[in-house]
Amino acid sequence: MNFRKSIIPGFGLSFGIMMTILGFIVLVPLAGLVVYTAQISFSDFVETVTRPRILSSYYVSISTALVAAIINSVMGLILAWILVRYDFPGRRLIDGIIELPFALPTAVAGIALTHLTTVNGWVGSFFAKFGIKIAYTRLGITIALVFIGIPFVVRSVQPVLEKFDAQYDEAAHILGAGKIRTFWKVIFPEILPALLSGFTLAFARGIGEYGSVVFIAGNTPYETEITPLLIMSELQEYDYVSATSIALIMLGIAFLILLVNAIIQSVVSKRVSGLA
Amino acid sequence: MGQKQKPGPFQWFLIILCAVFLCVMLILPLTYIIVTAFREGLGVYIKAITDEYALKAVTLTVQVTLIAVAVNTVFGICAAWCITKFSFHGKKIISTFIDLPVTVSPIIAGLIYILLYGRQSALYPILREYGIKVVFAIPGIVLATIFVTFPFISRELIPVLTAQGTDEEEAAALMGADAFTIFRKVTFPHIKWALLYGVVLCTARAMGEFGAVSVLSGHLRGKTNTMPLYVELLYQGYDFTGAFAISSLLVIMAVAVLALRSILEHKGGKPGDILK
Repeated sequence: MNFRKSIIPGFGLSFGIMMTILGFIVLVPLAGLVVYTAQISFSDFVETVTRPRILSSYYVSISTALVAAIINSVMGLILAWILVRYDFPGRRLIDGIIELPFALPTAVAGIALTHLTTVNGWVGSFFAKFGIKIAYTRLGITIALVFIGIPFVVRSVQPVLEKFDAQYDEAAHILGAGKIRTFWKVIFPEILPALLSGFTLAFARGIGEYGSVVFIAGNTPYETEITPLLIMSELQEYDYVSATSIALIMLGIAFLILLVNAIIQSVVSKRVSGLA
Repeated sequence: MGQKQKPGPFQWFLIILCAVFLCVMLILPLTYIIVTAFREGLGVYIKAITDEYALKAVTLTVQVTLIAVAVNTVFGICAAWCITKFSFHGKKIISTFIDLPVTVSPIIAGLIYILLYGRQSALYPILREYGIKVVFAIPGIVLATIFVTFPFISRELIPVLTAQGTDEEEAAALMGADAFTIFRKVTFPHIKWALLYGVVLCTARAMGEFGAVSVLSGHLRGKTNTMPLYVELLYQGYDFTGAFAISSLLVIMAVAVLALRSILEHKGGKPGDILK
């Protein structure tokens, strides 16, 4: 490695401590995963990850996470918008509670949402009149994932919107654009990258989420069984080969989502810098 | 940031939409936890939270959290200092590995430690010889907790230190200060609020971690049950009042975190705000 000379002392010590802890907590366990994966035969891997029950769990996990991420993108955009642009009583309170899903343990959120939405719960009994069941269905999973994902989009879009210069609004207004047109043509393209990265984070988090979902899902095979739960049940049966195989697929999906986002971000930033 | 608009009818519609969304998704579950916890009166509540196993779960959670936060604080400071004050090759890769744990599903986080330290691992005989139990024991819980909260502190510090630059440290170094003096007198005053916020956030997440800890704990009542796992145990035993009583403690913790956060934001400004 080639280090640029710096006159600030302390590189060796801080680098050493950083690499030791990073190695112990992240790098070595990841290497362990790689080593273990290398021992799994390819046919076992394929056989495991294509079992119908597991395939349907991918569908449940991905579809619910996708719907929840879309809902969060719409609500997150509106939330960021009202927080940045409008002045109203309770604004600081709303700003403060956005991060509740980060701070509240997922298991706690999970049991509260489940209890609320069962057919006897405060919310569930209301919807039950219309024949809509929430707890123990995919709708319930989606709601838990909406809860978990709220902060991601808001906190991605908010800073970009705050930096957005009101002069552009005014310029568009003077040039004769209406408010709606100004939003879609002037403001929206500016915040789109942030919105997409918030969406991606919420989506990726939703696919991997466990604590808040297991309670509300009901965990019926083929219906409401999420992929992380299947990994968990394989682990409880000490079937580490299957657990690792399913985990690899999940890691692959998460990696793909983050990669697509990174590509979009770099394309967008190129386009923006090309204009400047 | 431009002037904030006084809301008109359409703006009020958006604000009310958001308020309703947050009330249903965030406030309602919180209220529900508190109400259910006290449903059978204060006596039952106090009995539930002073139960022998509950107290053991609280003690274990506090111990695990203290260790995890301490490790992550040391790591966070070293990593942030190293990454922002020096230039070296591989910085990007290291940053990616630091951020990796939050994008991995908590179940997979648990899995990789099982693969490394579990019965089928090559390390297992060595560990057994020295009598060290990791999986289904407290060290496993600690490792999992460190992993899931790994980047929380460094992520808070890096933007602040990047914005601050290296001039002040270079000046101090030229005047002959050693690394610890520079850190204590020059760097630390810049990062103290961000550090405190990172520690607070890390504490909250460490106390509430469920998925990864669940994989590694083995669920021994009174031995390896943390608070969230104890909540799950009570809930699955249909002791809802007990489950919500323990949850209410975690809710208080979460609300305290959010309150502290908004106080800290007032004191030190958001990391990004320092640029302005």
